[in-house]
Amino acid sequence: MIAILDYGSGNLRSAQRACESTGRTVVITRDFEIAMQADGLIVPGVGAYASCMAGLVAIQGDEIIRKRRELERPTMGICVGMQILFSQGSERSRDSAVLTPGVGLWPGEVSRLKADILPHMGWNSVETNPAGVLFAGVENESFYFVHSYAAKESVGQLTTWGTYGEKFVAAVEDGSLSATQFHPEKSGKAGLKLLKNWADSL
Amino acid sequence: MTLSVRIIPCLDVTNGRVVKGVNFTNLVDAGDPTEMAALYGLEGADELTFLDISASSSGRETTLDVVRRTADQVFIPLTVGGGIRSVKDVDALLRAGADKVSINTAAIARPELIAEISDSFGSQVLVLSVDARRARTESGFEVTTHGGREGTGVDALAWVQQACELGVGEILLNSMDADGTRAGYDIGMITAVRAVSPVPLIASGGAGTLQDFAAALDAGANALLAASVFHFGIHRISDVKAYLSAAGYCIRESALQ
Repeated sequence: MIAILDYGSGNLRSAQRACESTGRTVVITRDFEIAMQADGLIVPGVGAYASCMAGLVAIQGDEIIRKRRELERPTMGICVGMQILFSQGSERSRDSAVLTPGVGLWPGEVSRLKADILPHMGWNSVETNPAGVLFAGVENESFYFVHSYAAKESVGQLTTWGTYGEKFVAAVEDGSLSATQFHPEKSGKAGLKLLKNWADSL
Repeated sequence: MTLSVRIIPCLDVTNGRVVKGVNFTNLVDAGDPTEMAALYGLEGADELTFLDISASSSGRETTLDVVRRTADQVFIPLTVGGGIRSVKDVDALLRAGADKVSINTAAIARPELIAEISDSFGSQVLVLSVDARRARTESGFEVTTHGGREGTGVDALAWVQQACELGVGEILLNSMDADGTRAGYDIGMITAVRAVSPVPLIASGGAGTLQDFAAALDAGANALLAASVFHFGIHRISDVKAYLSAAGYCIRESALQ
């Protein structure tokens, strides 16, 4: 069973249906035990870093993610759900920049991309590591990105890179913890294949 | 590793049906938005846009159902516009499976709506739809409502700048002069809006020839929206992408069938 963590509004329906295409049963939940017991947990995320973290903490989602990591139970963050796995996020709210602590399982700061036009919105290709599991069969495909902030430091050898204005972390495979900055559930057949690769590894 | 230009077909939907004529072959039900969305997805559409032109609340409820059914089958980004007046409207659409919403008239009447939506869901969900025409405002471009029939006196460039400051994630620029003419996108308008917009720009209105699509990109558009040329089968999405690719633009190609 795959659980999708529900800690705020947004389009969880597409994530659910896309995960169901892998053949697994999928539930959307904010229940601590269900999220802990799931074979795989998806942590989605839309909106601002700070509000995402606040929503996550409100349902003890940060604890769920940490505990699953300790128990080596697979978890996958998507978009801001990936960003909050890092130490902190900087965010420009109108004029001031604020730093928000993340769940902190990976070192590094999530900061604004240096690009003329933001958000980075649309389909972009990525530079994958052939030793990984997620991108098997979709190494040369494009994926759908929507974000203005990103992590820029490598997280081990299985870091997949994207480039928009500058190089940024597009995906990470770190043992039981995976994440994509792009939206696999919105990346057509390539995204569904990536989710299948993940689901088959559970 | 270059960001692809996006080709976006737009479907006008009312009471759960597509209203503009279509010219697909092998289509079981020519008026079903979900089915058309799926076909456009197969042809290589990079995103989909539904414009809800229902006049009644029951029509809008039906649109939510269309969004649900589409999101269940088509795994590319879906934008829904038309009649959105509140954070609650946006929440309902996102929960039904929309990824983005576009707002137009309601934001002109009450610009704070832009900040309310972007504070609640992030600016990336919010597309500002600007229906503009050439007129005697400061920049020479005026925002209109009611499908271009009514002028607002609001300068289009000033409005785009204000909306970007309030927090929109993207601009959908519709030329009301070019709309439906198939005489080409309004290149001057795209150039002018590009110069003041720090967010991605979708060009709309006037697509006719394959060269028109390239010209809009050269003027600074990041994405190209079209309706009639696709619905009437004048161009297939795959033809547009093949043309742009041969002309040196980065388009999304997938080896997966």
